[in-house]
Amino acid sequence: MEIFLAACVVAGVPLLLATVGELITEKSGCLNLGLEGMMLMGAVMGFTTAYATSNPGAALASAALAGAAGALIYAILTVSLRANQIVAGLALTIFGTGFTKFVGQPYLGMAVPSDVTAVFAKTSIPILSEIPFLGSIFFKQDIFVYISYLICIIAAIYMYKTRPGINLKAVGENTAAADASGINVNLYKYVHILIGGALCGLGGAYLSLVRIPLWQEDVVNGRGWIAVALVIFVAWNPIKAFFGAILFGGLSILGMKLQVMGVSFSQYLFDMIPYVATILIVIVSTHKKNIESQPPGNLSVNYFREER
Amino acid sequence: MNMKKFLAILVALIMVFSFAACGDEETDTFADADLRVGYIFIGPINDGGFTQSMYEGAVASKEHFAGAMDFKYRENVTEDTQEVKNTGLSLIDEGCNVIIACSYGFGDAMKELSEEYSDVTFLHFSGSMKNDTNFDNWFGSMEQARYLTGMAAASVSESNILGYVAAHPYTEVQIGINAFTLGAQAVNPDVEVKVVYIGTWGDAEKEKNGAEELLNEGADVITYHADSTAAQLAAAEKDAWAIGWNFPKNDAGDKYLTAAYWNPEVYFNYVLQNILDGKFAPESYYGTMADGLIAIDKLNDAVPADVQQKIADTKAKMEAGEFEVFTGPINYKDGSVLCEEGKTLDRAGIWSINSEIDGVSASSTN
Repeated sequence: MEIFLAACVVAGVPLLLATVGELITEKSGCLNLGLEGMMLMGAVMGFTTAYATSNPGAALASAALAGAAGALIYAILTVSLRANQIVAGLALTIFGTGFTKFVGQPYLGMAVPSDVTAVFAKTSIPILSEIPFLGSIFFKQDIFVYISYLICIIAAIYMYKTRPGINLKAVGENTAAADASGINVNLYKYVHILIGGALCGLGGAYLSLVRIPLWQEDVVNGRGWIAVALVIFVAWNPIKAFFGAILFGGLSILGMKLQVMGVSFSQYLFDMIPYVATILIVIVSTHKKNIESQPPGNLSVNYFREER
Repeated sequence: MNMKKFLAILVALIMVFSFAACGDEETDTFADADLRVGYIFIGPINDGGFTQSMYEGAVASKEHFAGAMDFKYRENVTEDTQEVKNTGLSLIDEGCNVIIACSYGFGDAMKELSEEYSDVTFLHFSGSMKNDTNFDNWFGSMEQARYLTGMAAASVSESNILGYVAAHPYTEVQIGINAFTLGAQAVNPDVEVKVVYIGTWGDAEKEKNGAEELLNEGADVITYHADSTAAQLAAAEKDAWAIGWNFPKNDAGDKYLTAAYWNPEVYFNYVLQNILDGKFAPESYYGTMADGLIAIDKLNDAVPADVQQKIADTKAKMEAGEFEVFTGPINYKDGSVLCEEGKTLDRAGIWSINSEIDGVSASSTN
């Protein structure tokens, strides 16, 4: 059981990073559907940097920068040029997929250098890993997993306990009011779109550097879209995102687990659940009109100061 | 016209002509060849798997024909009939007189094109369609290689559990699983083959997850029927054996046992020679271990000498046509009969397999 739950955590990490990234972006009122593209860009740049430099730090930085660079395209299009957010996001997905194939082509099937994989090997945290049950699920993982825990906690503190975090919420809920109260709205949007992109890039890099340290053309394989659904499922809350990511990650391997245990259950069915669950959540939360689980008020609405 | 404009036009013209010059040079040697083959690939040519094996077969075949054959290719073509058709048309437009389509889903497009272009020969990998003149399909008895790798797997397993990461519960996959199991049972009758269906042909993380679940359940040899080598990675990380598939690529280091793979140049040389000699006739080509289309990689030294000998003997019998993988009695895992005692399955019988045999634990819900 612990082994399976630990595997769920691993399967959830790329989802967690992308989800936290996207919910930060959405809190600024920007709906970026380019997750899949940004994750792929992070995956390929993380991989190629690791391949060229054998330096894990450089690989992570490069993955984050690549994701942020993808997000920058989106930010310029939607914040400065006020293009339609949905279209810009979808375009970013298509661009990211093509970019990744183009850059990754010469590296297909090549391996991440052993200096890098050694750093990302499983390392137990002393003391914490001794906790019965929970220790072996959460604290016998690789360093990248621990980094993603930290990112999740920092994101929660930032969003709920700091002044900029509260300003961010204001920007997303009512951009005009935030602008009137003196918040630099465009700066907030730019910064949080870029942070979101960087986290997506890291999510992709987890797949290409740690999980499958051999370059594959489509290593992300739809996980970006699951993260889009997950943001709604967890109601834009980074702490809920932590558990939601493990849950959705677990669903992606639960069918296989049951097969090995001899229970007849199709993996196809489990692959559907994240989307079905998200649709149900949307229906329920819309029906209950629960303020906590509603999307930011000005989500996907571009802001024109002159139109006020 | 001012000077700037004139220069801009001049530069543009120079660029256009220099590109045209490159193109001419390339097509010249291509046009000289009698066999101008156009390959349509589903993946990239360096994928370390299926498409790479097809591409390297094409390169080897070009060398074999020394000037009489040249080829062009299109990679990453999706299984969309209209796109495949357009791809085929562009290859024909560039002078190809043979089109080799290397994926199951390319079949319909090949059939349509073969009706329109009677002077071009269309060869479709897998599938079953053909006509009487210029359209044929080709495949091979991968079950023979799977059988031999099963023998190797059983000989190194200590837990007597072999893990098999499979894409979909579908005939081609199940033939492989069953042949692998029969081979393993020939070495150790008590062995159990555990199967996980991941529900996709290619998703590296799922392939790895599937392999890890099998390893957690005690499997100490892993093989797979899916696109990437991720299952090999999972095995190597847990110090278990890995058996490759499609292309002899070792991603498991010392723990790489062998691989079951395609050697497509065998077919390319054969069919292209026939076309060159004017003897080509559609036949639903089915390559075997005997003609070399199907092969297994060199065995790891960990396979005991007596088993190595047994594998070599079985391989020799397969090559001589004296050994059938599916020889009765064989029962499905639910107890129904697949092949009666004293009988063997013919090609049609093999391709009507629809479940796993006794000795496999799998829960396929088609």
